[in-house]
Amino acid sequence: MKKIIALIMVVAMIASVAALAGCGNSNTAATEAPKPVLTMATNASFPPYEMKEDGENVIGIDAEIAAAIADKLGMTLEIVDIEFGAIIAGVQSGKYDMGMAGMTVTEERLESVNFSTTYATGVQVIIVPQGSEIKSFDDIKAGEYKVGVQLSTTGDIYATDDLADSKSEVVEYETGNDAVAALASKKVDAVIIDNEPAKSYVAANDGLVILDTDYVTEEYAICVAKENTELLDKINAALKDLIADGTVKKIVDKYITAG
Amino acid sequence: MAEWWAGLSAQFDLNFIQKDRWLSLLRGLENTLLITFFAAIIGILLGIIVAAVRTTYDNNGENMKYQKSIGYYILGFFNVICKIYLTIIRGTPVVVQLLIIYFIIFANSTNDILVATLAFGINSGAYVAEILRGGIMAIDKGQFEAGRSIGFNYLQTMIYIIIPQVFKNVLPTLLNEFIVLLKETSVAGYVGIMDLTRAGNSIRGVTFSAFMPLIAVALIYLVIVMLLTWLVGKVERRLRKSER
Repeated sequence: MKKIIALIMVVAMIASVAALAGCGNSNTAATEAPKPVLTMATNASFPPYEMKEDGENVIGIDAEIAAAIADKLGMTLEIVDIEFGAIIAGVQSGKYDMGMAGMTVTEERLESVNFSTTYATGVQVIIVPQGSEIKSFDDIKAGEYKVGVQLSTTGDIYATDDLADSKSEVVEYETGNDAVAALASKKVDAVIIDNEPAKSYVAANDGLVILDTDYVTEEYAICVAKENTELLDKINAALKDLIADGTVKKIVDKYITAG
Repeated sequence: MAEWWAGLSAQFDLNFIQKDRWLSLLRGLENTLLITFFAAIIGILLGIIVAAVRTTYDNNGENMKYQKSIGYYILGFFNVICKIYLTIIRGTPVVVQLLIIYFIIFANSTNDILVATLAFGINSGAYVAEILRGGIMAIDKGQFEAGRSIGFNYLQTMIYIIIPQVFKNVLPTLLNEFIVLLKETSVAGYVGIMDLTRAGNSIRGVTFSAFMPLIAVALIYLVIVMLLTWLVGKVERRLRKSER
């Protein structure tokens, strides 16, 4: 009797392992299924590209463009909110189909993932308190300041590189909001962050201004795993249509008024 | 096999050697140790004070109340303060406490590491206090009575009879608390401090490889904890010599 039970359990275990392995395989074939799911990894603390409405649903430019793409591909969009630094690794490992988080194409990132055509242009700007002696990035480089950034964002990568030999140091915060809060309480002297969220932050905090001189101009794109060229082609085709018919512009304008 | 090895060494090179990235791990380790060490000291000091107030009140409160001494009210007042402190600190997550201290209480301080050390020290103090109180309460009441009957007052009984035994009893639990403290400092990155975990995350953010930085960080924590365990093990053995 015991032997029979043991046998049944062994069979059950093998079956469950096989079922799990099957799950792994079905991911790549998901695009052929009737209404497959398109998982998008993002970090919802980057208004107006992505933010959380009532702390639950991710909304913003990226979320809406992704929804439009999923619609075109006949897929259901599922948005996962994770740490920004974990997005590329997650996409690379196949955990998520694509990453969309106001992400700039950089050479380092291209070594790990492929990027779609760009759908928006972002500008990295410098936020300082009103009356600050910092007038441009060169001032930061020449002086001895603390610069707040959001961990692993392009602002972080560029500033860390550019300030490597400078007396100024880069302080990495979990979210852009934290960096701005630190700036408001004078823990840092400037914050380097994307132009659009910067406007929202400056509007919400008295006494902060955005410098007229832009730091870096960059182009946002969607990242897809290197092996998944099929999905990349589909996304690019969908993006092309959406840009051509003005949907992308409409979405961007909806969030960014008088850009 | 050779290919796997080449890939691994390329990853190692990318994550640690290029641009001297290992240096940031070293700096992170330094900050982690700094914060843990001073937070532990703050924790011990706070813990001793709170445990002293709480046990003195529990042991002598009844007696003092009966005598209607003014000390009873003073002690009672501090006892309530300690209880509030314990409730708040043990009732909220350390990350939330850290953020509150960083962004609200010490909003004007620019010394991040000092603020974080204070936050972790205040947090640790609550746990140390309860560990010590438990240790004191575990000593048989007969020992207090014996101390008092040979003419010691309450303080003398504590210092000469109770505390030496308490120290021996709570050492393993205290070590446990400091191990937890060391690992809890890994959330210091939330307030922009480059601690060990954040250093690993920073490398991860530019190289996009999860394996090397995370395993390296994990190994460093593990080695520190093993060293600490070994050290306390030695102290425990020394203390046990007097038992024979």
